Amino acid sequence: MEEEVLLPGQLYKREEELRQIFLGNIKLIPEGERIKQCIQCGTCTGSCPVSYKMEITPRQIISYFRAGEISKILQSNSIWLCISCYSCQTRCPALIKITDIIYALKQTALRKNIYSKKFLVHPLRDTFINMMKKYGRLNELWLMVNYFLKTNPLKGLSYLKLAFNLLKRKRYALVKSQIKNVDALREIINQSTKYKLPVEVYKPSYKEDVVGYKAVG
Amino acid sequence: MEYTYYPGCSLHSVNKQYDKSCKAVFEKLDIKLNELEDWNCCGATFYMSVDEITSLSIAARNLALAEKSKNDLMAPCSSCFTVLSKTNRFLRRHEELHKNINSILQSIGLEYNLSVRVRHPLDILVNDVGFELIRMKVKHPLTGLRIANYYGCQIVRPEKGFDDRENPVTMDKLFEMLDADSVYFPVKVKCCGAMSMITAEDVALKLIYEILNTAIENDADLIVTTCPLCQMNLEAYQDKVNKKFQTNLRIPIYYFTQVLGVALGIDDEKLGINNNFYISEKLREISRAPMLTTIYDGPTDELKRRQIK
Repeated sequence: MEEEVLLPGQLYKREEELRQIFLGNIKLIPEGERIKQCIQCGTCTGSCPVSYKMEITPRQIISYFRAGEISKILQSNSIWLCISCYSCQTRCPALIKITDIIYALKQTALRKNIYSKKFLVHPLRDTFINMMKKYGRLNELWLMVNYFLKTNPLKGLSYLKLAFNLLKRKRYALVKSQIKNVDALREIINQSTKYKLPVEVYKPSYKEDVVGYKAVG
Repeated sequence: MEYTYYPGCSLHSVNKQYDKSCKAVFEKLDIKLNELEDWNCCGATFYMSVDEITSLSIAARNLALAEKSKNDLMAPCSSCFTVLSKTNRFLRRHEELHKNINSILQSIGLEYNLSVRVRHPLDILVNDVGFELIRMKVKHPLTGLRIANYYGCQIVRPEKGFDDRENPVTMDKLFEMLDADSVYFPVKVKCCGAMSMITAEDVALKLIYEILNTAIENDADLIVTTCPLCQMNLEAYQDKVNKKFQTNLRIPIYYFTQVLGVALGIDDEKLGINNNFYISEKLREISRAPMLTTIYDGPTDELKRRQIK
């Protein structure tokens, strides 16, 4: 793929595809298109409590997106470190919905299966979703048990003391309670994952504005 | 007054004391809570990262169920509160999205017409019930109790809700009205690490350390929280924090409804105080003191009095 010669403003095929999905996801966010207004001031990175651990900081995420490097963002640890505290979004002087944009990137990564499998957030999320589809509600105790069985049972042992403390104080529910109408919930999940947003929601003119160096070409 | 109550998963398992104390406080104030029938998990932050439409539809099911009664929906868990109000906000601002979500809901015979208001109990207690009504019922003023008010990230953010996003004061004012002292606590809306405690432990421990340390350095007797995840993170991992940072931090973490419940003279059993890992001796003393026989007259300190008015 690297040998492909690109004209200025042209993107690799895979990148173009990612961009389309990402922009589609952004359309669902109210005022999501404000991503265009970024002035690269770095308030988001400064406000983020975990940016010091990120390979690509929140400010850089927008900059990488502008440069047509979405695949690099998706491969980094950044979006999976975000814990949705909304500090960046609250403080952004350009009113960009940064946390929501990071969600859009996560959705893009999962849709195209581009992410490093070593991040522990993935097995945790999968366990969570399985439980939810099965019962419609969550049971934290069983969530942790299933998660540690799936990943690293030995690490689970370091939580034994905590588990013991919780049991001692009667803070548990052994029975996984199921909601009555769990079929309806599954139906919703089923329908919505198949759901395609009608075409009229997409406004193709949007793409032109963002690809920065099209102007140069 | 009546509210529809959406407890959320956490309040039914690990954080029972929040559920108990919420119910006890509202019962004491003669407010009826009707638990939402057959509610499902809100999807939390996890579903949002998988698929937006799915996550919004799951949350919208709860909202559609709540719409059957005319009451506001009360969600004590910060995560549920954010997800439900975010869903509301997205659907209200995005007509197309609302239409699409409704067509998904129609497949199971539901419809959502955007009329439900999602509220946090703190908001309800301060803005609907009001200081005056609470003051009349106070049995144990919290005189001399030094509280670090920790709001966490998700009840005041992302959109401006019932309080300021950087420096919320609702809880500070509530406890100052009960004659407690709010300590200087600049990390009141800083993140506690949430789920990253399990997926990226070192990141979360640093955040927890900062919060605990700030509270202890400012001589707080206890930290008061509004969120099950914050309570769990701050309380249950103190040993891990001490091991990692070579410190000796120890501070009780209470729900705001538990502390308020003590002030209203509800007994410890009903508030689930014994479910907490660490018990505040000072608060225990207050709860064992003889009850007021007269109506509580507000804080003794003139300055505090003026601030509340």
